[in-house]
Amino acid sequence: MFKIVAKEKLTPLIHYLRVKAPAISQKAKAGQFVIIRVDEVGERIPLTLADWDAKEETITLVAMEVGTSSKKLGLLKAGDSIANLVGPLGLPSDIERFGTVVCVGGGVGIAPIYPVARALKHEGNKIISIIGARNKDLLFWEDRMKSVSDELIVTTDDGSYARKGLVTEPLKEVLQREKIDRVIAIGPAIMMKFCSLTTKPFNVPTIVSLNSIMVDGTGMCGCCRISVGGVTKFACVDGPDFDGHQVDWNIVFDRQKVYLEEEKQSLERWEACQCGKS
Amino acid sequence: MEEKPKSKLNLNRVEMPRQNPQVRAHNYNEVALGYTGEMAMQEATRCIQCPKRPCVAGCPVNVDIPEFIKAVREDNMEEAVKILKSKNALPGICGRVCPQETQCEQVCSLGKKGAPIAIGRLERYVADWDLGHKKQAASTELPKSTGKKIAVIGSGPAGLTCAADLARLGHKVTVFEALHTAGGVLMYGIPEFRLPKKIVQSEVDYVKSLGVDVQLDSVMGKLATVDDLLGSGYDAIFLGTGAGLPMFLDIPGENLNGVYSANEFLTRVNLMKAYLFPEYDTPIKIGKKVAVIGGGNVAMDSARCALRLGADQVYIVYRRSHAEMPARHEEAENAEEEGIIFKFLTNPKQIIGDDKGWVKAMECNEMELGEPDASGRRRPVVKAGSEFTMDVDIVVVALGTTPNPLIPSTTKGLDVTKRGTVVADEQSGKTVKDRVWAGGDVVTGAATVISAMGAGKRAAVAIHAYLMGS
Repeated sequence: MFKIVAKEKLTPLIHYLRVKAPAISQKAKAGQFVIIRVDEVGERIPLTLADWDAKEETITLVAMEVGTSSKKLGLLKAGDSIANLVGPLGLPSDIERFGTVVCVGGGVGIAPIYPVARALKHEGNKIISIIGARNKDLLFWEDRMKSVSDELIVTTDDGSYARKGLVTEPLKEVLQREKIDRVIAIGPAIMMKFCSLTTKPFNVPTIVSLNSIMVDGTGMCGCCRISVGGVTKFACVDGPDFDGHQVDWNIVFDRQKVYLEEEKQSLERWEACQCGKS
Repeated sequence: MEEKPKSKLNLNRVEMPRQNPQVRAHNYNEVALGYTGEMAMQEATRCIQCPKRPCVAGCPVNVDIPEFIKAVREDNMEEAVKILKSKNALPGICGRVCPQETQCEQVCSLGKKGAPIAIGRLERYVADWDLGHKKQAASTELPKSTGKKIAVIGSGPAGLTCAADLARLGHKVTVFEALHTAGGVLMYGIPEFRLPKKIVQSEVDYVKSLGVDVQLDSVMGKLATVDDLLGSGYDAIFLGTGAGLPMFLDIPGENLNGVYSANEFLTRVNLMKAYLFPEYDTPIKIGKKVAVIGGGNVAMDSARCALRLGADQVYIVYRRSHAEMPARHEEAENAEEEGIIFKFLTNPKQIIGDDKGWVKAMECNEMELGEPDASGRRRPVVKAGSEFTMDVDIVVVALGTTPNPLIPSTTKGLDVTKRGTVVADEQSGKTVKDRVWAGGDVVTGAATVISAMGAGKRAAVAIHAYLMGS
């Protein structure tokens, strides 16, 4: 059992959890993920690390309520425990001195881009960050991102805060404005696809972090397989970072939908059970 | 009924009752029901207690088979348990999944004249009797601690056996398991109806009762490397990480929705209990027409799971003929009885998807058998112009597995083959790296539960000799 030492809501549907995980906290690196199983009947779901603290022996997870598992996670409080927590999994992000790096975080993807931006900044890169959300209420960690960026651009889809529009618009402007050595985009698959399409004409290496459906997370099942440059890769062990220009996005989108019906059925059943409890 | 007078040599074994095929095809309860006390006694009585004891040599862990059978015959079950468990920490598992027909039973003296003694069934009977009588703890006498610490990586059959034997020799053993449950392939791979998970967990509990510490959720190579462990107080390490990486066909359409590796399909069903969805959260696609590609035990297990999930038609698609199938005869027979349709001499060419990215059909070639290949089996060759299409909506690829590179790729000084297996001495399991042993599928490639246990056992002997300085 892994104890939650702090928990808060970052937005109505996005939860921040700091979890006691001594061994993982010592080994974690930016870009890696963990697999959690909330309770004894739970699914195994991957969550990219949002932060860790080796001294405090904790890791930080940021999860958005989507299906049964993330809703169950949302109900837990400080002092409660998560049944299983495995990690750190996947290959760490490449952290080198590239020059100028644009870090794009969309929605809940703002959380995992934060440690990547921090590590790249620490390495001596100039960091231009672009973070976006659907509206003002869904935006979080602007302050954290500011603290690790030389420049921070914020967008909301509806214009309720900062600049109105999608993250790809300022991304394009930055690419036109100055020489960019690398772009890293983490967020919804559709956002990562369009960031990759935006950077392609500029020929700037673009890294995306794929959060496929997984079971074991150690290369055993192949559930998370995707196609990169025409070759099948497992997101769990070959990634989660991949070259966004080489990813076959249609396969990414299709494979995300495999269990849509079952996820809906599971959630409806769980919600009905919750009503019965209160 | 009139009882026949006992002949000196009874050439027919006592059949083990099984669930009716039509009924069991729709449930996850165990297929084989086990002997009753009377049946066990009757079967045990057939053993002629021959002085040559070929069965013992035929057993990879050298169980004293005639002795435990004698104890059953004398109705001294506690003694039978003691004899069995002194050599085999996982008898309930072995009694169910060992290929006895190619090991102990194959060399049984009775086999020359009739049916060999049903050693596996008797082993299972003794193990189940023990579980029913909760005597496990009593049969364990632990020696004084040697003060030596050993890390075992992987809690499958090789790791558990090695851990149990080392603990019984007085060493402090910690087993590291990546998944949330101990047992490895016994939990994620072999289905409930062939090996009930409560049997596995009881035998894991027995290993723990010997003082073995099992650390779950611990992915070695990530959380700590082999060198980290060697530097943090462990005197020796045993790698029993198995062969967990799935192989795919490498044909067009393999990434379509509805294509599973057998590992994923079985892990969802067995470990995650997707057959109980939505009580358990992990889903699985059931499918109307399911094609399982491959002819081994894993293919049989996948097909029989698909049937139990509720598929209308389940095919085994195998490129050679019935005679070359690597699956145990008993498992292929069980599958056939349950209504699995076998398509022999058939090889998939491509998987065809619909406009939404889902499997809708599979194009195959008919094959014919040519000259024997390196494995000694006749090589299947494509019949020209034999393409045909099967309508299917789920495809499960059960072509075999290779070792997970997580440990080899993070450990300096291990010798690894092109197939990804770790090189280790056949007898002792010693790798070329100081203080590191390995055994089971990580060394041999995918093989059987009992051969992995044999390797775990031999490594335990070698590790003990090394630690005690002899």
